Amino acid sequence: MTSFDAPKWDVLVIGGGHNGLVAAATLAKSGRKVLVLEAAGEIGGAARTEEFAPGFRVSTAHLLNRLHPEVVKTLELERHGLVFSGITPTPAPLSGGARGVGIRFAPSVALSRDGEPLTLHGGYGESLSGASASEQAAWQELRAQLLRYAGILKPLLARRPPDLGNMSLMESSAFAMTGLSLRRLGKEDMRDFLRMLLMNVSDVADEHLEDDRLKGLLAFDATLGSHLGPRSPTSLLGLYFRLAGEIGGQAGAQALPVGGMGAVMASVLRAAQAAGVTIRTDASVAKILVEKDRATGVALDGGEEIRARTIVSAINPRSTFLDLVGTREIDTGFVRRIKNIRMKGDAAKLHLALDRPPEFSGLEAAGHRGRLVIAPSSDHVERAFNPAKYGEFSPEPVMEITLPSLSDPTLAPDGACVLSAVVQYAPYALKEGWEAGRKRFLAAIMAQLELYAPGVGRLVRHAELLTPADLEARYRMPGGHWHHGELQADQMLMSRPAFGAAGYDTPVAGLFLCGAGSHPGGGVSGVPGLNAARRILEMRG
Amino acid sequence: MKTWDAIVIGAGHNGLVNACYLQRAGLDVLVVEKNDWIGGAATSRSLTPGFLYSNCSYVCSLFRPEIMRDLELPRFGLQVISYEGGAVFTRDGDYLANYRDHHAHRREFARFSARDAEAYDRYARDVTRQCCFIQPLLMRTAPDPTSFRPRDIGELIYLGKKFAGLGAAEMADTLRFWTMSISDFLDEYFETDVIKANFALSGIIGTALGPMSPGTAYVLLHHYMGEVDGSVGAWGYARGGMGAVTKALADSFRASGGTIRASAEVEQVLVKNGKARGLVLAGGEEIFGKLIVSNADLKRTFLKLVEEKELPDRFLRRVKNFKMRGSSGKVNIALDSMPEFPALPKDSPCYRGDMHFTDSVERMERGYDDWKAGRWSADPFLDMMMPTMLDPTMAPPGKHFMSCFVQYCPPKVEGRDWTDADRDAFAETVVSQIADYSPGFRDRIVHMEVRTPREIEAEVGLTEGNIFQGELTFDQLLFNRPAPGYAQYRSPVDGLYMCGSSTHPGGGVMGAPGRNAANEILRDLSRPTKHMSPAHDVI
Repeated sequence: MTSFDAPKWDVLVIGGGHNGLVAAATLAKSGRKVLVLEAAGEIGGAARTEEFAPGFRVSTAHLLNRLHPEVVKTLELERHGLVFSGITPTPAPLSGGARGVGIRFAPSVALSRDGEPLTLHGGYGESLSGASASEQAAWQELRAQLLRYAGILKPLLARRPPDLGNMSLMESSAFAMTGLSLRRLGKEDMRDFLRMLLMNVSDVADEHLEDDRLKGLLAFDATLGSHLGPRSPTSLLGLYFRLAGEIGGQAGAQALPVGGMGAVMASVLRAAQAAGVTIRTDASVAKILVEKDRATGVALDGGEEIRARTIVSAINPRSTFLDLVGTREIDTGFVRRIKNIRMKGDAAKLHLALDRPPEFSGLEAAGHRGRLVIAPSSDHVERAFNPAKYGEFSPEPVMEITLPSLSDPTLAPDGACVLSAVVQYAPYALKEGWEAGRKRFLAAIMAQLELYAPGVGRLVRHAELLTPADLEARYRMPGGHWHHGELQADQMLMSRPAFGAAGYDTPVAGLFLCGAGSHPGGGVSGVPGLNAARRILEMRG
Repeated sequence: MKTWDAIVIGAGHNGLVNACYLQRAGLDVLVVEKNDWIGGAATSRSLTPGFLYSNCSYVCSLFRPEIMRDLELPRFGLQVISYEGGAVFTRDGDYLANYRDHHAHRREFARFSARDAEAYDRYARDVTRQCCFIQPLLMRTAPDPTSFRPRDIGELIYLGKKFAGLGAAEMADTLRFWTMSISDFLDEYFETDVIKANFALSGIIGTALGPMSPGTAYVLLHHYMGEVDGSVGAWGYARGGMGAVTKALADSFRASGGTIRASAEVEQVLVKNGKARGLVLAGGEEIFGKLIVSNADLKRTFLKLVEEKELPDRFLRRVKNFKMRGSSGKVNIALDSMPEFPALPKDSPCYRGDMHFTDSVERMERGYDDWKAGRWSADPFLDMMMPTMLDPTMAPPGKHFMSCFVQYCPPKVEGRDWTDADRDAFAETVVSQIADYSPGFRDRIVHMEVRTPREIEAEVGLTEGNIFQGELTFDQLLFNRPAPGYAQYRSPVDGLYMCGSSTHPGGGVMGAPGRNAANEILRDLSRPTKHMSPAHDVI
């Protein structure tokens, strides 16, 4: 008779961000006993809604544009309160009562210093305002083409990357379906697809468009979250990534969740709990226990050991393998690949508590509820990128801004306003160090804001600037990189996060990855979590 | 009224290669050339008494050995001398030498970093593996992935099998390699700035990209794949300058019965009922051929030599969108005596190779930033060499010809045309950089020829001064080169073919486009191609 007790848990999930919870909920729904271990005091990671100044709340991840419909369906998120409603043309009432999360669609506005802004309405510019008739026609053609091509790539997102050496029938047929949909485009379209696939966004825009504001917006969107400029080859992929996302059935759409992203997380949390997932916060994992090449459990800071057959890591792959597993348990080739993953972020987050809403020049009141972009031209974005290559921040940063409290008064005190901005380029490894550089970078951002919303500087009650170093510290996200690794062609599919661990299973038996560092990357989508859970179920792991 | 079997427009190296293969297949071929000298950008010009300049291309390594043998170029006088050595000078007075011998090279790296010396073996092995995969593809016509023709399907299967034969890990690595920047690739091996700069330069030469741009690792292969006497990655001088290459081609061509007419500029391709029938030369003379092969670049051919109405709209749009922005200049210098580089030991073999003064990837990238802004690089990158160290035929004894290939140079300066003042200011950045490392350099200068994209276009017809007849980015490579659907050397006009570097596999003095085009033409004519060697495998 041994004193060995059967483990209480089937699955341990390291990291209570949205991917971890999606994986946990999916596995729990299939009958497994799942425990989620979150190091911080609350779940959600960068998708939390946090108070950054007295009475002012904001989410670091401030826009929803790719929460995958299969995730919504699998977790029954609508039953747990997630509701979509548009703000144009006719806003629908929120349903779900007090527990509802209203999702309001937002247009994108390409701001101009000295003139009218250009606005993309509907799912990424179904219609434009502020553009000439010829530009509108040219845009419709380009938009249709980009959506068509993004549509070819889209199914690949919610599937495990092809395992080149060893494809199952299911995987081969998914691949074949992509090939078939490619052929169905017709010869000329297929040719264009292949030609454009790895192009840079700047050249593609130049082939079709004239308007600098529109080209600047495309340049910004394609490179947001990447260490690329619009003239960098492969930068078009970033635009495809955006257009492969959908909200409420609309490709390329984006929305500001009422209550901030934290409300979305709350519905994910409810779904997980309803499925029977147990969550422990303030539980930081120090080590993944490996015995005889097999993961058998984890050890927390403080020594407590928890055993389970299946360990799923939602955190950064490098942290997973180098910190938690340790290099002794994995072969040198794989260690080298993991060490080579590029993950130095270039995006900073600015939160401003304002006395009252700012006024962006030339923009009417309703437009302020959208996503406002300062990227006056493709050249401007490229010039902003150049310094980042040398460890310097952009002296004229580009940014996307939301004023979420305009649509959701719970985020700010009466009459006051929250300004939330994702700013580039702010290289993680700033040569002079962020302690020295942060003040000047904040000044550079404020100078840009002042050009587009004169007087905004005087409204600032409190400013919180999260540099990539801050994002790393606050969210335990190495490099401050929300994709947990550059989302570039050479770090995609079979090489994401590295060959040998690209299909959610890893060289360590029983250990799986389910975070943004895996295919298809980050952003609030839930896809890595869902794909990983499906892989585990498929492997009977 | 004679009708030639084929007329080739342009006596650059690809046009001559193409003509040779067609002539040897029994066709009666005429080559027409606008200049009064032949060779295009592979020439030796005497621009000052006693000195010979390879004033455009300057080094021989990419030229396909199969072509050299098929056309018997050594028999017609081509002799390539491989060179050993070369150096990257560092700003602190040191240098990193390049040696052909792997072990000598490794020892040199160890002077800077033991870790990098260790990594070098792995690096060389990994790059060579990528070369082995790519190399045979150079001499194969790219398949059309949208076509159902047996030949294209067969080629796709061939490529698929070759790829699958790699093994899963290597497949992933190859795909990664193709999309990486040379800078990121080198970061995975080396830590020393000058060592990375040494390798990075091969990733940017001739491109409109910086070492940090994705896709430059592939370009490294493009330059690594050369062979001199079977030694992959080694480079050599053509004795007598690059003109010796085209002279040998021309002699080989004439020896098989071919005809070359110089001083015969083409004004238009004659097209009747949708078929190319001949050419109209400047001055009005008409000459007739059963087929026409253009060695001119894509834009020159289809925007200048062919009437718009003969071309489908879609094709025309692609031609207009084809990117061929020049990114380089050339400074050719006649020196009264050998320059000294005190950083090098006396009689160092580095004098006989390629020398550079850009000791970090960052400096290279900043040079590229200047180009993007429409200016020549304030701190230029030089690929500098003195062929006269090994080849006595290009200058009087004791004197030297120095060839400086320079990046970056924009096709237009901040949107406007180059002026003479611009050209001189650009030349000064080059001379002052060399002078920083070589005392008394300026005093040794007897003559200097400065070529910006303006001169390059005017003299040898390379649009916007792009030396590869079109940029080497993914959208302009393989089945996209020069345009999707037209990547197999045939143009939309019946009987009009393309054989220049605008076609696969691209530029450099390779000869592969000319040869591949000849292969397609002979297939169309159902003529034998037994005299054309297929690609042989590397190592």
